[in-house]
Amino acid sequence: MSEYFLLRNREIPNIDDLVIYRQNKGFETFQSAVTSMKPDEVTEIVKASGLRGRGGAGFPTGMKWSFIDKNNWPHYVVANADESEPGTFKDREIMESNPFQFLEGVMLCAYAIGANAAYIYLRGEFWQLAAELDRHIEYLERENLLGDKLFGTDYSLRLYTHLGAGAYICGEETAMLESLEGKLGQPRLRPPFPPSFGLYGKPTVVNNVETLANVPLIVERGAEWYRKFGTEKSPGTKVFSLSGNVEKPGNYELPLGTTFRELIFAHGGGIPGGRNIKAIMPAGASSSLIFADEKALDTPMDYESVPNVGAQLGSASVIVIDDSVSMDWLIDKTVHFFAHESCGKCTPCREGTYWMRHITERISHGQASWDDVILLNEVANGIKGKCLCALGDFATEAVMSSIARFRSDFETKTHAAAETIEAKVSP
Amino acid sequence: MNPLRERYGSEIDNVLAKYPADQKRSAVMPLLYIAQRERGYITRAQLDQVGEILGISSTDVASIVGFYTLYHDKPEGKYRIQVCNDLPCALRGADKFLRDFCDRLGVEPGGTTADGVVAVDGVMCLAACHRAPMFQVQSRTEISYHEDQTVDKAMQLVESWRQANGQ
Repeated sequence: MSEYFLLRNREIPNIDDLVIYRQNKGFETFQSAVTSMKPDEVTEIVKASGLRGRGGAGFPTGMKWSFIDKNNWPHYVVANADESEPGTFKDREIMESNPFQFLEGVMLCAYAIGANAAYIYLRGEFWQLAAELDRHIEYLERENLLGDKLFGTDYSLRLYTHLGAGAYICGEETAMLESLEGKLGQPRLRPPFPPSFGLYGKPTVVNNVETLANVPLIVERGAEWYRKFGTEKSPGTKVFSLSGNVEKPGNYELPLGTTFRELIFAHGGGIPGGRNIKAIMPAGASSSLIFADEKALDTPMDYESVPNVGAQLGSASVIVIDDSVSMDWLIDKTVHFFAHESCGKCTPCREGTYWMRHITERISHGQASWDDVILLNEVANGIKGKCLCALGDFATEAVMSSIARFRSDFETKTHAAAETIEAKVSP
Repeated sequence: MNPLRERYGSEIDNVLAKYPADQKRSAVMPLLYIAQRERGYITRAQLDQVGEILGISSTDVASIVGFYTLYHDKPEGKYRIQVCNDLPCALRGADKFLRDFCDRLGVEPGGTTADGVVAVDGVMCLAACHRAPMFQVQSRTEISYHEDQTVDKAMQLVESWRQANGQ
């Protein structure tokens, strides 16, 4: 990729320095928006660009902004910097290496929806990063880019960081709002959605870090420019976090619609140790497992194509699995994660992940029969679609897809277990 | 007088100023981080103090401590090492790293070394999958990331803490 729009730090050294960022037109867009554009005009550009939320759901960003209830004030922006999906590490690089573009995105969103306060909710582990952002925010206040009556207008804006404390569920937008209100991070019943009932019950836009980092260039260069990249339904570039059994794991900014093959083999250097690729998880641990055949490898990574091979693009955290990995081990890992992170609010998720954990442990330890595999699938089915938020569903994706698509892994494991038992009881 | 208020008055005021005046409860998480700096865990008395500052019950404060994994309610090692061994890290050898590291320290995962310096355990995803094996260290005052680790490198870090602690 020759051009970077999000990871511009890779082309422009020291763009994390405000002086350098401003030399590259930084905050000119924000200033011209506040001084010469109506808030709705900003929203219209974002809407026309077709930008879709980069946190996982892929919801059209401009449309979300336009849903904000204008009969209920004040409004808030909450930037979702809780990045916790296993396999995802893109927001961290954006905030560390190109922080001002992200902050300008937050500021443009705030102006567009008429918010005078925006919170950046970071996972607690990003403690050092939050301290760094606090220093950047202070700097922006000293430079009069944040504060009261900006650029001689009536518009005022403050940004604040807020640290979580180790809970995956807080990445879910309504759980995040609860957490920010000082409560347990547990999801709310929706509707109402945050644009009508958000932080402190007020209209709120919650957007992912990467989504917001897209906004300054979209407003500066226009929707038409943005649509030159990516596909019609998934415009723009995306930061793909590549991890697992691959030579060169890391973040790769590529146009949406790039194939799995290009990401994994051309950029990621392929599979180490002379092994073969077996499966792909395109959306982190909450992803279905794709059988990595030629068709899958040639599938474009965009919101509309990945479902054709039985998964979702989600946050585009591509975990590569080689042929040394058995799926019973893999789902034991993912199920442990979700059992630990279930917030406990909905019974199917709380109890279901607990029981799935026991069964996957038995299977991977070679102590289970085929009946246990069927039972596991039934428990997963009992969770799917029956919870307030997506965490419950996420916990079932790898389980159900691997049983369906990698059945022989489970057969091998349970046959071996049966033979061991047979050998023990035989005289 | 509230001891937390007394010791960290201006810092607490700065935290409270981030949130609307009628939404003081929002400050419970940052205040718990301040409280935890004192001993590395949060005491019963501190639950009361945080609750008093925010006008919420000690039980509510305790529920927050219990829900979030970065708050602790009992003492462990001075440095809590948490090795990420979720799927992407495990594919890059994190399980073996955790086992070997624990062997070298002479503890089981979840345990604390005899000198009380290090507690080590596995942890859920830390958003550093491309630099596994990796871990975070939570001390009284901060959290730091240590990436692309080997057991030898990690042991050097532990030794540097032991020397700093005069052992």
